[in-house]
Amino acid sequence: MLDTAPAVRGTPGRKPPGRARSRRRPRFGPYLLIAPTVVVIALLMFWPMVQIGIMSFQKVGNRQLRGEPAEPVGTENFRTIFDDPFFWQTLRHTVIFAVVAVSLTMLVGTLVGLLLNKLGKKMSNFVAGGVMVAWATPPVTAAIIFTWLFGTTGGVVNWSLDLLPDFLVGSGWDDYNWFAKPLSTYTVLTVCVVWQACPFVAVSVLAGLKSVPGELYEAARVDGSGPWRTFWSITYPMLKPIFLVLLVMSIIWDFKVFTQLFVMAGMANRDSFNLSLYAYSEAFGSMNPKLGMGSAIALVLTLILLVVTALYVRVMVRQGETR
Amino acid sequence: MKRSLTRRIVLNGTGLLVFVCAVFPVFWMASTAFKPNNEIFSTTPKPFPSHPTLEHFDLVLNGGIAEVSFWEYFRNSAILALVTVVASSLLALLAATAVARFRFRFRTTFLIMLLVVQMVPLEALVIPLFLDLKKLDLLNTLPGLAIVYIGFAVPFAIWMLRGFVAAVPRELEEAAAIDGAGPVRTFFKVMLPLVAPGLVATSIFSFITAWNEFIFAFTFLDDQEKYTLPIMLQFFFGRSGNAWGPIMAASTLLTIPVIAFFLLVQRRMVSGLTAGAVKG
Repeated sequence: MLDTAPAVRGTPGRKPPGRARSRRRPRFGPYLLIAPTVVVIALLMFWPMVQIGIMSFQKVGNRQLRGEPAEPVGTENFRTIFDDPFFWQTLRHTVIFAVVAVSLTMLVGTLVGLLLNKLGKKMSNFVAGGVMVAWATPPVTAAIIFTWLFGTTGGVVNWSLDLLPDFLVGSGWDDYNWFAKPLSTYTVLTVCVVWQACPFVAVSVLAGLKSVPGELYEAARVDGSGPWRTFWSITYPMLKPIFLVLLVMSIIWDFKVFTQLFVMAGMANRDSFNLSLYAYSEAFGSMNPKLGMGSAIALVLTLILLVVTALYVRVMVRQGETR
Repeated sequence: MKRSLTRRIVLNGTGLLVFVCAVFPVFWMASTAFKPNNEIFSTTPKPFPSHPTLEHFDLVLNGGIAEVSFWEYFRNSAILALVTVVASSLLALLAATAVARFRFRFRTTFLIMLLVVQMVPLEALVIPLFLDLKKLDLLNTLPGLAIVYIGFAVPFAIWMLRGFVAAVPRELEEAAAIDGAGPVRTFFKVMLPLVAPGLVATSIFSFITAWNEFIFAFTFLDDQEKYTLPIMLQFFFGRSGNAWGPIMAASTLLTIPVIAFFLLVQRRMVSGLTAGAVKG
């Protein structure tokens, strides 16, 4: 059941377009079939996107929520956030977290994928099954579990660190509060997010490895190539397309991480905010909601992600995914 | 000979270590849920409960943690997830048939659109959608939330399902057409049975999307009796942050169905996400 081999469907190379496909001359059929989806996506995704753009140039608060028309304020929202050091702090948190979490996810995920490929079939399935558990855990639960693992009283991490020799990890772990400072909060967040994101990378890398012809490795072995060299000369070039997709997806996911940080740090802990939490808290966090300001911050986040998404689309199109 | 044995031990040992690291947090959740309070806050935590107890589950299930019964939240989550599954599968089946079976203008545009919307930050969309649903009087209602979830589940569902539709041999459909079956009949008698496994996989992912969703449910729902399970859990966690026994019991109840479903379809998930990249 957990065998990942069949994930690699078909043979390398592109299927020629079906001949019947060109024979049929559809007129309205396909358009009718996609119409409901297009309507749903337009109403729930594209129109709200446009609204974010409009609202970021408006003041939308309690009076607007009561039904008064929005007040246009020009670029005031943007001037306010760009002048505020707090915005730059949240942006810094977002970027640094994404860089660290994405690197760790890719590194650990790839290593686990390589390991799964080396293991025997039964063992490989067993470990892959365990790894899947991490992926399947709902984000809210994951965040709560890690808060408990890193808890001050009864937390198993503090207990273990306290057992380790002091020259290795220092002392005073006994009642260390991980959620008091942004740096330690983000450490826990990173562990939690990487734990959940690695399995996807590992299993995708494994699926990719299975599609690499064994003769290549055979030849490398005969030529006396070590594991390091084999990885960079064979595995990496063969799996480059997968790595690209995984990298871009991880960047996007980690840039907008919300639920886990929300559960761990909460709305009161402003020092730990990232961009998405900041946007949310401006919009909904107080009795005086500032939906226009929230939209402006959300727009900045969206524009950053749009650049990454463009890269993602380019990769997917070049790999023939949209054919 | 000796070297290969050492190698196997090292490899399998590392494998076991990875397994333990991966399942430990979930194991610790379940283990805590069965421990009595004195063991939970013990200064020397043990992996397994010495005196397993069901008191935390009893508290969660029989309404000790909130004013509303656990089953009410469970029902809300289940209804939302089921509506999302049915509607998004239906939309996805139609659209997947279109992109897998026909070449038409804007087909590539449509596929690119699906890619783009999967990457849109939902954390940003929550602001305008809050206002839109408010205008439609759908805020603080489960149908309002269901509409939003359908929109989020559909793009990935289509992306995943189109592979399954494309894999159905066209000859079968043509044979049915020659035998005089109309498009509707062909669809139900030929297409649907063959796409069914793919539909099950897609459904489970839509189910998980709705079941796990946090930010929209948290923002849109006001009344406690309308909360979904993740919101109930977060609410309870925020209010009594140190009652780890009941919190872990509730987490276990929320998590187990998802993990079970997930293990059933994980293989298809991976192929759905990276099929093209894997093909090379």
